[in-house]
Amino acid sequence: MEIRLLDIAHARSGDKGDTANVGVIALKPEWFPVLQRELTVQRVAEHFAGVIDGHVERFDLPNLNALNFLLHRALDGGGTLSLKTDAQGKVFSTALLRMRLDLTDAEARTLGIQPGMKR
Amino acid sequence: MKEIVRVASGQGFWGDSLDAPRQQVEGGPVDYLMLDYLAEVTMSILQKQKERDPSLGYARDFVGAIDSVLPAVAERGVKVVANAGGVNPPACAAAIRELANSRSLSAKVRIAVVTGDDLLGRLEELIEGGHSLSNMDTGEPLAAIRDSVIAANAYIGSTPIVEGLAQGANIVITGRSTDTALTMAPLRHEFQWRADDWNLLAAGIVAGHIIECGAQCSGGNCLHDWRSIPDLANVGYPIAEAKADGTFIITKHAGTGGRVSVPSVTEQLVYEMGDPREYITPDVVADFTSIRLRDCGADRVEVSGITGRPPTEKLKVSIAYRAGFKAVGSLVYSWPDALDKAKLADRVLRERLDRLGLRFDQTLTEFVGYSSTHGALVERELIAGASNLTSELPEVQLRFGVRGPDKAAVERFTREIAPLVLNGPPSVTGFAGGRPKVEEIVAYWPALIDKKTVTTRVEIV
Repeated sequence: MEIRLLDIAHARSGDKGDTANVGVIALKPEWFPVLQRELTVQRVAEHFAGVIDGHVERFDLPNLNALNFLLHRALDGGGTLSLKTDAQGKVFSTALLRMRLDLTDAEARTLGIQPGMKR
Repeated sequence: MKEIVRVASGQGFWGDSLDAPRQQVEGGPVDYLMLDYLAEVTMSILQKQKERDPSLGYARDFVGAIDSVLPAVAERGVKVVANAGGVNPPACAAAIRELANSRSLSAKVRIAVVTGDDLLGRLEELIEGGHSLSNMDTGEPLAAIRDSVIAANAYIGSTPIVEGLAQGANIVITGRSTDTALTMAPLRHEFQWRADDWNLLAAGIVAGHIIECGAQCSGGNCLHDWRSIPDLANVGYPIAEAKADGTFIITKHAGTGGRVSVPSVTEQLVYEMGDPREYITPDVVADFTSIRLRDCGADRVEVSGITGRPPTEKLKVSIAYRAGFKAVGSLVYSWPDALDKAKLADRVLRERLDRLGLRFDQTLTEFVGYSSTHGALVERELIAGASNLTSELPEVQLRFGVRGPDKAAVERFTREIAPLVLNGPPSVTGFAGGRPKVEEIVAYWPALIDKKTVTTRVEIV
């Protein structure tokens, strides 16, 4: 079954210089392992190909059911140098939540996950 | 010792709601009002103001904020901690003293001023002394841009604020204190936490991180279940209700809008986060993977379990420097085929700039309403056939920016947008705002310096 990350997580993003951070939080604790398994550094880097110029780092916060990603060289110089509308990376959060995930029907059923559940 | 100390956040940045400080002191019991005015580039704006007038260089909104809370400070013992001093804390204190005099409350206001963070006048001495102040991100030494520097401030910690409170101040004004120290210092002072109570100091830092952006932890900018968040027009700013053991509850005043929930607090916890295991401050290194959150019912979230460890021997330094000029212009194209029209306009504009021989360090085209925020992700989805909207988009805004060292070239660019209205693709509007403005860029240069080179001072005025 194909879902969007938006179906199982919420997120907030911000900036530090030319680096954007995206914190992704599972909507239910039992969905956090899905985030941990699916949101590999490589997968997130592929997702943001053409959007960021640098590498991706991931940090896990199991205490908050959250993952924190650092997207380097993401903001076109960052801060006041950047010409971007989103110079401070405020909506990299929703950009990550666009990601499509493939779950087995069995897993989706067990975890109570459906596509387009909640907006 | 108080059993519970309430620190209320009343300002998340310079430009935040003017009403929030008063609402925080009038809406229910609070012990401290914490006001955070400084962002990375704010110091440079203040430095420019100070260059024009030596009596300026602080967040002037603070004077109005204090005026609105002065009765609570003078009569009810509410204390204020703010980094409103910017690059001129003594001038800020003088303005507050004058305000208190004019309200005949001077005897009831005791102001502590924290200085020592400003390194601008010491840069030569520091560079000659072997402090390279290299850019933390790029490694470049400061010498490369030394002549363009307009502000340099060390991020300082909670100790001088605690000293000011210990000397009986009810208003503490700092320059470039860390945002989190403004919340942690009152707790450290009230609960007599030692300077090496790492777990307790870390708890104070986490409380500070949660409330330093004002309502962004209490329902503002909250993605989780956003449609159901009530009454944002009357959003309640956050309050940390702390105990001596370092546990605290995030809440807001009764009768206000917004929402304090585990999801709303979690969103703020991950905001602007780096490595969560080491949130570095001048006082302590906090471990965000130790934080425990518990829903305690109606707009109350308990935060506990926080651990910390000793800080590093360095302080972060915020340096601002002049970095050329930029301008951004835009035009709006309407249906049908709005995106194709905007793309043609972009090609025409780029060819014009080429023919004029204008050179920039950077140019950027965005199609607002289509790809300005998610960029290449959107393009890929369309190629994959997952969406089909481009020809039917009702409108697209072409947004074009240039940046470079040559002010004249940037000026010339600003004259090239309006002619497109008559010379370019059809169905164009949205040019009534006139020519784009040329802006001087003041950029941010983060660096580190040995702690022992920075000495803070506290003065009661």
